[in-house]
Amino acid sequence: MNALSQTTTSGTKAVKAAVLLIFALLLFAPFLFQDVRALEVAARVCVFIVLVASYDLLIGYTGIVSFAHTMFFGFGAYGAAISLKQMGPGWDAVVVGALAGMGVSLIVAVAIGLLSLRVKAIFFAMITLATASVALVLASQLSDFTGGEDGITYRAPALFKTATKLMLDENGKVLRVFGVKINGKLAAYYFVFFSCLALFVVMLRMVGSPLGTVLKAIRENEARAEAIGYRVVSYRTFVFCIAALVASLAGTIYAIWLKYTGPDTALSFAIMIDILLMVVIGGMGTMWGAVIGATMLVLSQYYLRDLMGAAAKATVDIPILPHVLDPDRWLFWLGIIFILLVYFFPKGIAGTVMAKGAPR
Amino acid sequence: MSLLSLNSMKTNIGQYAVLHDVTLEVPEGGVFVLLGRNGAGKTTTLRSIMGLWQPSPGSVLFNGQDITAMHTADIARLDIAFVPENMGVFGGLTVEENLILATAKGRFDPTRLKRIYELFPALETFWTKQAWALSGGQKQMLAVARAIIEPRALILIDEPTKGLAPAIVDAMADAFREIAQNTTILLVEQNFEFAKSLGRDMAVIDDGRIAHSGTMADFAADTALQDRLLSLSA
Amino acid sequence: MQQINDFAGRLGGVYLLPVVVAALAFVMIGAPSSWVTLTVAGLAMGMMIFLMASGLSLVFGLMDVLNFGHSAFVSFGAFIAASVLAWLSGWLEADAVSLNIAALFLAFGAAILFGLVAGWFFETVIVKPVYKDHLRQILITMGALIVAEQMILAIWGGTPVSVPRPEFLEGSLLIGDITIEIYRIFAFLLGLGVYAALYLTLNRTRIGLLIRAGVENREMVEALGFRVDRLFVAVFMLGSALAALGGAMWAGYETLITPALGAEMMIVVFIVVIIGGLGSIQGTLLGAIMVGLMANYIGYLAPKLALASNMILMVAILLWRPNGLKPAAK
Repeated sequence: MNALSQTTTSGTKAVKAAVLLIFALLLFAPFLFQDVRALEVAARVCVFIVLVASYDLLIGYTGIVSFAHTMFFGFGAYGAAISLKQMGPGWDAVVVGALAGMGVSLIVAVAIGLLSLRVKAIFFAMITLATASVALVLASQLSDFTGGEDGITYRAPALFKTATKLMLDENGKVLRVFGVKINGKLAAYYFVFFSCLALFVVMLRMVGSPLGTVLKAIRENEARAEAIGYRVVSYRTFVFCIAALVASLAGTIYAIWLKYTGPDTALSFAIMIDILLMVVIGGMGTMWGAVIGATMLVLSQYYLRDLMGAAAKATVDIPILPHVLDPDRWLFWLGIIFILLVYFFPKGIAGTVMAKGAPR
Repeated sequence: MSLLSLNSMKTNIGQYAVLHDVTLEVPEGGVFVLLGRNGAGKTTTLRSIMGLWQPSPGSVLFNGQDITAMHTADIARLDIAFVPENMGVFGGLTVEENLILATAKGRFDPTRLKRIYELFPALETFWTKQAWALSGGQKQMLAVARAIIEPRALILIDEPTKGLAPAIVDAMADAFREIAQNTTILLVEQNFEFAKSLGRDMAVIDDGRIAHSGTMADFAADTALQDRLLSLSA
Repeated sequence: MQQINDFAGRLGGVYLLPVVVAALAFVMIGAPSSWVTLTVAGLAMGMMIFLMASGLSLVFGLMDVLNFGHSAFVSFGAFIAASVLAWLSGWLEADAVSLNIAALFLAFGAAILFGLVAGWFFETVIVKPVYKDHLRQILITMGALIVAEQMILAIWGGTPVSVPRPEFLEGSLLIGDITIEIYRIFAFLLGLGVYAALYLTLNRTRIGLLIRAGVENREMVEALGFRVDRLFVAVFMLGSALAALGGAMWAGYETLITPALGAEMMIVVFIVVIIGGLGSIQGTLLGAIMVGLMANYIGYLAPKLALASNMILMVAILLWRPNGLKPAAK
């Protein structure tokens, strides 16, 4: 698939193997991990893989730095949330919500893209930051519409209700396969999994296509790409819109899964920081990096924090250490790791590993 | 011993090898002209000497001292002045401020300043005006004045006549002739007529290599060589 | 259109803009006393934002470095000043104005000192290694911002910190119908003083000359024999110190500060720098005053729009002048 752009090294094979492993774990997650929390983590990983991959399109492949990505995610999420709340839990609401989110995202993306025609590329990052913060403020202020700080809760389509029995056994109770109930929750999870997979594959094909090569050319040397004849501005705006649309869909999917949408799950800067961390840890300019980065960070967020908390309690008698290991310090350590990564491993895990190994 | 000595200089800009093997000896005194077609590597040579681009491998020796790996600022402090292709004039600063930056102590030597006023009267007229208001020719004069406001051992000048009116070009030539009496000028030019009247020694660079070197007198007499190296035949 | 431009140019060009805005606001607000209060508030706010933003503008203009961590200096400045003032609260409550001033001096001084030292550290350790790479600059400085905010959280805790003010700066002046807070006058005057000092430094000293030249053409300054990298460090330290001072003053203004201060101000600072144009303190001052005035006027006239007002202002100005109001000449 990437024959045009990457020489296959043994590192690439290792990365692809890791990605395949993650894929398998996610596919069979409900059967492998029995507790509810694990399924939440898995769903979140799926959604974030798509979100981060779409961001990688911007930053890794085209070299555009944007801080507005979470905003598009939020548009999709709130689109679904509001329509599910207003129109009731039906598939029509889902479609309307998804389209509404995508529509708003497209309009805003085009607007930002057009503005970037007139200003220096450097201003672009700042403008996206300002736009995203305005969106955040609007969401909390237009509380009648968006539920403000508290967000909106709603129900998902009936198919996804936990109580929905998809397959029955001889007694009329819900069928269990390998101990897992074949019910609405399972359907919801696989909805998330397969739609995220579909989006990811679409993006993979995009970067493997001639379009991907053009994007790389623009990232490497904008002036030269322009000189060869590619209208750089059009391409950048196009990619920006595509990334925004994918992010919006990811938001819609997540909103349907969570049955709740609020500023902290869909719009906050913490999410933007998470995306940045994932793309840097995983590796920019490689779709696989998104998979690895998202998986590692989400897992850490849930399980490492618990570990830190346990460690802090265990070392309570030693001076300073419990303060340092306090799970509240989570973000601090993440920040330090982030800085070190940008410094020493700018290619991220996937990038660095893929660069190693003898070319075939 | 020559004042400036370039040995097998190879300079890459990004992935492109612009200079492949530049070897040159610039003797002290007078004007040394470096000729060449567009893209031959003339500007790159000057910038490499000035430390703006790192030659590797290869070396640059100034008065016997190896300046290849030195910082641009330190090279400048060896009394080497640089007049770049785009003149490098600071538009937002006045003519006076532009010149004062080129002085070691922030003060002008009255004799030298007077000489500059004589050579380039426009600078005196526009003394307190911001440099962006000057015409192309006046900016060029300012750039050159900046290089001579204090004594220098070597002045690197990159295509000073580009886009200038013939009258100004003549004035420039007179100025250079006078300046060259007390210092060495390494002049990069495409304008052969201008160079011919000034240069004592010369070299032609083509495709990142020195294609010819010798005296200007000999080269000026050899029209066949000129045609071949500079494609001057219309 | 050209004639309007020329006419405006003769009257002072873009410097007219705040005057126009103020005049428009006067018409729309109606009540002169409210207008005066709001204008003073706007000017004071503008001055403080100017302090915070000027460093960013100069650093970007001179060094081509995008420091997304700049507002960390603002936060730290605010919190350090707050702590010093709290520590010296006895002096603040005393009647002797000299003690009041001493406490203020120490608080602001501590903030400035922090800015200088931390600025040096930041430039050497975080910024210098990623000089040429805009992408990594943005990422690494954002990381630094996160770490800084977390540090403040760890040191001062998450609850808002209240900032004591010196006795002589409390309260308001009453002129007829008009109420003007004394602190705002103080902030405005101090900011103006700093601007004047900056202006004089940039335009009357050799180092100022170097900075102005370097903003235009770094390479040529090097070719004239000056080590620009040393200049960078100095400018970065200065910019960080200014930001810290701005934060310290902001702390006194708001009297209640949270660790999120830096992140909140970051957007405003960026908008100011974009509006004003990079590399010139005149542009930054202009942008800051505009933002300050607009925030106060719109906060009064149409509160719902208040937060979006900065955005709207920025877009409007960029459509008119894509490089900002008064960027450094290039």
